[in-house]
Amino acid sequence: MNAPQNFDRGGRERLVVIGNGMAGCRAVEELLARDPEGFEITIFGAEPRVNYNRIMLSPVLAGEKQFEDIVINSAEWYADNGITLVSGDPVERIDRETQTVIAASGRSEPYDRLIVATGSDPFIIPVPGKDLPGVVTFRDLDDVEKMLAAADAGGPDGKAGRAVVIGGGLLGLEAAHGLSLRGMKVTVVHLMPTLMERQLDEAAGWLLKEELERRGQTILTGADTESILEADGHVAGIRLKDGREIPAELVVMAVGIRPSTTLAKLAGIEVERGIVVDDHMVTSDPAIMAVGECVQHRGTCYGLVAPLWDMCRSLADFLVNQPTGYAGSVTSTKLKVSGIDLFSAGDFSGSDGSEDIVMRDAARGVYKRVVVRDSRVIGAVLYGDTGDGSWYFDLLKKGEDISDIREALIFGQAFAMGGALADPNAAVAALSDDAEICGCNGVSKGQVVACIAGGAHSLDAVRSGCKASASCGSCTGLVESLLALTLGGDVKSGPKTMCKCTSFTHDDVRRLILEKELRAIPQVMQELHWTTPDGCASCRPALNYYLLCAWPGEYEDDQKSRFVNERLHANIQKDGTYSVVPRMWGGLTNPKELRAIADAAEKYGARTVKVTGGQRIDLFGIHKEDLPAIWADLNAAGMVSGHAYGKALRTVKTCVGSEWCRFGTQDSTGLGVKIEQATWGSWMPHKFKIAVSGCPRNCAEATIKDFGVICVDSGYELHVGGNGGIHLRGTDLLTKVETEEQAMEMCAAFIQFYREDAHYLERTASWIERVGIESVRLRLADPEEVRKLAARFRISQKYSQHDPWAERARGKRADLHAHIAQVRPLQMEPAQ
Amino acid sequence: MIGKWLDIGPVTQIEPGTARTLPVDGGEEIAVFRTMTGDCYALVNKCPHKQGPLSQGIVHGAVVTCPLHNWNISLKTGEALGDDKGCVPTIPLKVDAGRMFLLREAVMGHASGAKAA
Ligand SMILES: Cc1cc2nc3c(=O)[nH]c(=O)nc-3n(C[C@H](O)[C@H](O)[C@H](O)COP(=O)(O)OP(=O)(O)OC[C@H]3O[C@@H](n4cnc5c(N)ncnc54)[C@H](O)[C@@H]3O)c2cc1C
Ligand code: SF4
Ligand code: FES
Repeated sequence: MNAPQNFDRGGRERLVVIGNGMAGCRAVEELLARDPEGFEITIFGAEPRVNYNRIMLSPVLAGEKQFEDIVINSAEWYADNGITLVSGDPVERIDRETQTVIAASGRSEPYDRLIVATGSDPFIIPVPGKDLPGVVTFRDLDDVEKMLAAADAGGPDGKAGRAVVIGGGLLGLEAAHGLSLRGMKVTVVHLMPTLMERQLDEAAGWLLKEELERRGQTILTGADTESILEADGHVAGIRLKDGREIPAELVVMAVGIRPSTTLAKLAGIEVERGIVVDDHMVTSDPAIMAVGECVQHRGTCYGLVAPLWDMCRSLADFLVNQPTGYAGSVTSTKLKVSGIDLFSAGDFSGSDGSEDIVMRDAARGVYKRVVVRDSRVIGAVLYGDTGDGSWYFDLLKKGEDISDIREALIFGQAFAMGGALADPNAAVAALSDDAEICGCNGVSKGQVVACIAGGAHSLDAVRSGCKASASCGSCTGLVESLLALTLGGDVKSGPKTMCKCTSFTHDDVRRLILEKELRAIPQVMQELHWTTPDGCASCRPALNYYLLCAWPGEYEDDQKSRFVNERLHANIQKDGTYSVVPRMWGGLTNPKELRAIADAAEKYGARTVKVTGGQRIDLFGIHKEDLPAIWADLNAAGMVSGHAYGKALRTVKTCVGSEWCRFGTQDSTGLGVKIEQATWGSWMPHKFKIAVSGCPRNCAEATIKDFGVICVDSGYELHVGGNGGIHLRGTDLLTKVETEEQAMEMCAAFIQFYREDAHYLERTASWIERVGIESVRLRLADPEEVRKLAARFRISQKYSQHDPWAERARGKRADLHAHIAQVRPLQMEPAQ
Repeated sequence: MIGKWLDIGPVTQIEPGTARTLPVDGGEEIAVFRTMTGDCYALVNKCPHKQGPLSQGIVHGAVVTCPLHNWNISLKTGEALGDDKGCVPTIPLKVDAGRMFLLREAVMGHASGAKAA
């Protein structure tokens, strides 16, 4: 630490500030407040204007404010305080030997103390076309003016102009908002799957995306810019790496910022990511200090204003010889887009020993998540209702013990601090009899209590008795409190919920997906009040399947919600290698296929080659990196994935039937092949096996399959619900039909019924035991129902009969198979 | 300072909610995870139960569910959660300017791998 000394300039030190931005001027203000006479001050600014509030550029762009409204210090302020402002003249060099700064104009200024407050530079992604006119960043007033000019100019055809904003972070979204209010058609292109992923979790990011789309913006997530397109020497749009092109007359790059350190580096001051400073904001040169976004303090660079207020205070304290020291800041973020309330602070990623308290109020569009560890708030994300943001942030910064108010914490300050009301049951008890409990069905507290008194002693009984909580479920907690209050400890637990993340059962979830037209996992979680931020390993795969089944062709499969086997299209084995099973239609093969299988087994080092119970050939011991290559080889011989790994149609086992067997009554092999061609590729609640036997001798063991056909003289017996697994179960006879076509139609209808009705991971055997074979027979006895079910099955098959191996062999999702890098021992450097 | 840390490339190589593998010659393969909220962690790629490849599990919150027998392993501490007991070594990881760095000595330090308790 190096205390300022007095110099012989009438006791005044010469203080020079580089950067007329938020931190530079604030530092000067703080200093003047402590010692108005001690310094002779000169401020250099690259921008040709006085100091203004940079964060208000967003409202200026949106037309909610004028530049005059956001000026912090007018020209008079500089004059009144005897400050020389050199604006529009960037400093180009710091000469530490002679303690002078030299500006672009050649002007030089000696200093005793220098403050570097150069802020940040917008990051420009190095793609072709980045320097074209019409490509702008979002950092200062000049940028805003360029954007406004583009918005005013409109498109080439006189229509509204089009803008692409690259980057769906805070800045990008504020730019997009402003531009769309100015009448432009805006597309936001974001690399990550979640908007503002550094501040928001998946759920809040999804709500935000929905809202912005409702406002007419196009939001493309997971979109990587390849180049910027040009026409007539001006920007004409962008091209994404997946080939899509988006035309635009304006491209805004808002992908991030980098501390502006060039000057400091040139001067030989220590710089890492930012200019390295100590707790008094002093750099490696004792005469030079730095504040704001350009600095790195205790390893951290900040990109928000709150920390720089603290930095400026400790810098000023130090300059007047009363050092206090800056200890770093915890930051919080709010998005300044009118009508969207969004707040995020601290660590919201969840971790060990930390608990998530999640509240989702779908009716109001509210999502709140507070992360608590050791009885302390460590993070919060609020969407839709941010009124309590500052309260949570305060609890977080103070590290206050919240055990006493834990139960009511998520309901906000008014509720949690309400003394007696801190017990949610007490709050419910205090409600009047005619207070509304269930908004969807208009049920009052009195009605719910009467229903419970009338014998409805479980949540489900209440749901069917008076309809409370039977629709969106947002009042489930209230109903449960009423049950607890009315019955004392006597609440019967309802049917099993899907998993610990929700109070809904599988049936509820499936029904509500259709009723409320829920089309994405985060949407289901929001609307159905999931209590965890992103679910768990049991609900994610189930939701993925339910959505896939409900919206064929439309729902985009979520690979990260799939179990490894389905993600890698191969079966994981106990040693972490995989086994690969090509499809053999109806169990048939030929020399060419066998040769290709043998070659592949040798080439990729399969350690075991086995014939499976389903009449296919299984190659064991393949490494995940080799999977795309072995698939390419098998594809080349005409074979596709056997789905031997999936909750999907696996095999259709057949016997030889009438073509060869002396007992055979029908062509069981031929029918098996036809059935397999009609049903392969379909995703199911669980694995699904089919067999076709040519006569009642049943050599294909069709009576322990999910769907079995026994050919008889007069036609086909159709059997369902068999299982050869832990609980051996023989099939029930579903029906008898006369023709192959009828057998195929019934097979499709049965499969679709199972697909639409069963719980995820429920085999047909347990499904039928749960719902009763009679109800299955009844439904399928109605020809109209059969026709509709089969038609729905065929529609979904249109979208699922693509060989998943082929796409991977062509290179899709190579990241799932390749290592991220490799570490070799000698140099210990990763290879790409 | 960077010398202590091994640069394994940009964070964007890992889709949030997934993991990728990093083989180490003469050491244990490492699984590098990225949570849905974008945080990164690294563990030895072996479940403390029966050595399942954790990199292939489903990631939720800061937890991965092992693909072999569904143990839940904390990405932050490597501990098995719930009633299961066991721990897999964690590798210190930091993200700087969008790139991931692993603590060099930890990368080579795990010849023995996971241990069940
Ligand atoms: C559009 C927008 C919206 C924002 N919204 C928010 C928000 O809602 N909340 C929040 O907390 N933060 C927000 N920020 C970030 C906030 O503005 C910054 O954290 C803050 O301005 C940093 O202050 P600074 O003084 O370090 O840098 P700046 O305010 O950028 O000041 C640096 C100044 O130094 C000048 N300069 C650079 N090099 C030289 C040189 N060689 N010679 C002379 N002058 C030089 C620059 O021209 C600039 O004027 C937003 C930023 C932008 C751009
Ligand atoms: S089921 Fe009948 S037709 Fe088929 S192989 Fe056996 S005996 Fe022959
Ligand atoms: S090996 Fe991981 S749970 Fe068994």
